[in-house]
Amino acid sequence: MSDTPIIERHIISVLVDNEPGVLARVIGLFSGRGYNIESLTVAETDGQKGLSRISVVTSGTPMVIEQIKAQLARLVPIHSVRDLTENDVAIERELALVKIINRGDDRIESLRIADTFRARTLDSTLNSFVFEVTGNSSKVDAFVDLMRSLGDVEVARTGVSAISRGNRIDLEAK
Amino acid sequence: MATDGQARFSRSAGDMKMPKSALAAGEKRDDADQTAMMPGAELLLKTLEDEGVEVVFGYPGGAVLPIYDALFKNNKIRHILVRHEQAAVHAAEGYARSTGRTGVVLVTSGPGATNAVTGLTDALMDSVPVVCLTGQVPTHLIGNDAFQEADTTGITRACTKHNYLVKDVETLQTTVIEAFHVAASGRPGPVLIDLPKDVLMANVAYRMEPDKAAAQARYMPQTDPDPAAISATVDIMMRAERPIIYGGGGLINSGPRASELLTELVQVTGWPTTLTLMGLGALAADDRHFLGMLGMHGTYEANLAMHGCDTMLNLGARFDDRVTGLLSGFSPNSTKIHCDIDPSSVNKNVQVDLAVIGDATRILEALLAEMKTRKFKPHKPSLDKWWAQIEGWRKRDCLKFNQTGKIIKPQYAIKRLCEMTANHDVYITTEVGQHQMWAAQYFDFHLPNRWMTSGGLGTMGYGLPAALGVQVAHAGSTVIDIAGEASFMMNMQELSTLAQYNLPVKMFIINNEWMGMVRQWQELIHGGRYSESYSASLPDFVKLADTFNMKGLVAQHADDLDQVITEMLETPGPVIADIRVTKDENCFPMIPSGAAHNDMLLGPDDQAEKPVSEEGMVLV
Ligand SMILES: Cc1ncc(C[n+]2csc(CCOP(=O)(O)OP(=O)(O)O)c2C)c(N)n1
Ligand SMILES: [Mg+2]
Repeated sequence: MSDTPIIERHIISVLVDNEPGVLARVIGLFSGRGYNIESLTVAETDGQKGLSRISVVTSGTPMVIEQIKAQLARLVPIHSVRDLTENDVAIERELALVKIINRGDDRIESLRIADTFRARTLDSTLNSFVFEVTGNSSKVDAFVDLMRSLGDVEVARTGVSAISRGNRIDLEAK
Repeated sequence: MATDGQARFSRSAGDMKMPKSALAAGEKRDDADQTAMMPGAELLLKTLEDEGVEVVFGYPGGAVLPIYDALFKNNKIRHILVRHEQAAVHAAEGYARSTGRTGVVLVTSGPGATNAVTGLTDALMDSVPVVCLTGQVPTHLIGNDAFQEADTTGITRACTKHNYLVKDVETLQTTVIEAFHVAASGRPGPVLIDLPKDVLMANVAYRMEPDKAAAQARYMPQTDPDPAAISATVDIMMRAERPIIYGGGGLINSGPRASELLTELVQVTGWPTTLTLMGLGALAADDRHFLGMLGMHGTYEANLAMHGCDTMLNLGARFDDRVTGLLSGFSPNSTKIHCDIDPSSVNKNVQVDLAVIGDATRILEALLAEMKTRKFKPHKPSLDKWWAQIEGWRKRDCLKFNQTGKIIKPQYAIKRLCEMTANHDVYITTEVGQHQMWAAQYFDFHLPNRWMTSGGLGTMGYGLPAALGVQVAHAGSTVIDIAGEASFMMNMQELSTLAQYNLPVKMFIINNEWMGMVRQWQELIHGGRYSESYSASLPDFVKLADTFNMKGLVAQHADDLDQVITEMLETPGPVIADIRVTKDENCFPMIPSGAAHNDMLLGPDDQAEKPVSEEGMVLV
């Protein structure tokens, strides 16, 4: 072990049986063992087989990341675990809905910025917009930061969803 | 197994003696699908029978009444009525660890389930296969704070290997099959099935030939090691000059064959071998290669050999903090090979150079075969030199003590117990504290599955119910709970269970009138401020035995000891032996928290010289 452990950010994808309690198991594992969760998304991806995919963004030393993967893999309802950060293969996307309340020049400026970020306008009133922005987390962060400087802002984010590049299926059911 | 479901059907029907048997109670049977209709509770028992269950440790209550009703009519499964649900789990653990089979627990909802939590956690920490059946309020009341409702799957998620809430009786049979599979395969552990009362009462088709493979398919841990890893292991072993084998509970869990193979490996290599608390018995204590237990209260030679080795072969041990001591000072110059069935144990505490994932038996088989093909020979000159060094450490005789005077030394009591039971078919359980460590140090184990102790959780109150479970499994054997007086009181309600079933457990209480291990830490670390560690108002153990119609014995002086042990062993029923020992004895050797293996306290003279470090004080 080195003296100053490097903290790495990893996106881990997990294919699970979509059964009651499975999310609690994953979250309980993280909280019980003191691992970080930066974001977590979950939704059914195969209704017929009853499978869901969980994407977790976590951070830790390489030893901790290895532990997280091993601990996840031994949960009974988990089919497979992949670290998408390994080999730098991850395409990550996050969607945010951003409501901004402002007037005048700020209002025009926010619209202009939304355009540069290719955000869509989903709703507007005379003094507000709701934008939909998609991208990796840092792009979403940047957009939200800019909006905050232009008015009162409310944000809803989906958290990171990710998949690997290339022609391989990563997560297969047992 | 009969291939024809019809044939099995009629045979089992013939076996039933009770008029209201599962199959005679007006159920319909469907020959084509080889099913029989029955209530969930009866299906549960039939599935337990299919899993080979013979004994259930339990305690009834409203939510499980349908199961108790089914048990009343069942003549294949024996129910042992404990006096507290925690004890039911420990009894199941004792049963499991002494037989290698899965222990089964049956408790009611709410308080029944919460009382079981300590036992489940204990089984999880020590990798003991247990299936715990809990009652639950009917499904339509779940979440309503109904009477005796607890979120059992929520509460036990962190203390089971896996758990289930069965909401649909149609899934009950496959759930039970999967539960037994999960509990016993891979790294074993406790599995809980929460059973709402309406599910137990609903009618369902029992399948006589269930698709077991499908029910087990979800959980398939790797048991066969990767041949490349085996070959890499032999590469490292060939280069070893100062090797050590460090074996753990995985050897025991793998089954008795693993211990035979370990013995073979030790013979082939001539390597020094140490075992963890959980691994004792995997190599015979009198094998000259055995260095004794390692760790916090391990032997001087085992710990120094771990510290000084250049090659460490870990077989089924997990680098627990009781074993490693200060991590940065742990065996600093060795190449470490870690063989474990649980990949999450690898690189958790200690970074290793090579991991071999698989079942200990399969790993040892593969390893011995590979060593044969590669014509493995230990490096004789360096091994001799290494042994000479180890013999030097052995000469310190770190476990020596002087039984002088009339007062019994606890070490002497256990040593005599060991010597005097040498010709018995003996199983030992312990409580937690100094007596536990002395038992590990002074009782010699020659076979696996003979030693049951709460290692990972350190649960006071484990030993008596565990002994109960062992005795149920081994009716004719000598089962002894080496107890501390304080721990004994944590589950002594089980005396009533022993009495009811006339289980001849011998309770050998090392009575120092202190929570000795707490007192020792207070002496070493807290300036002798003995806060709340005195065992006040103890019962008269002889009279206590008497109220349960058991034999009670007391040994006041060293001269009495042999006589008391003899009488205890010769008494056919349960016995409480109150062994009055030195009150202020400390357990040595000891690696204080926060110290490394080569920084050991060997006896009372050392303790003044080596005060515990600041960092050590915060550790447990
Ligand atoms: C359930 C539980 N509570 C508290 C402890 C902490 N503890 C560890 S050893 C010990 C004292 C045990 O006393 P005794 O059973 O008399 O054994 P001795 O150390 O005297 O041999 C205590 C309180 C524990 N291990 N388990
Ligand atoms: Mg005591």
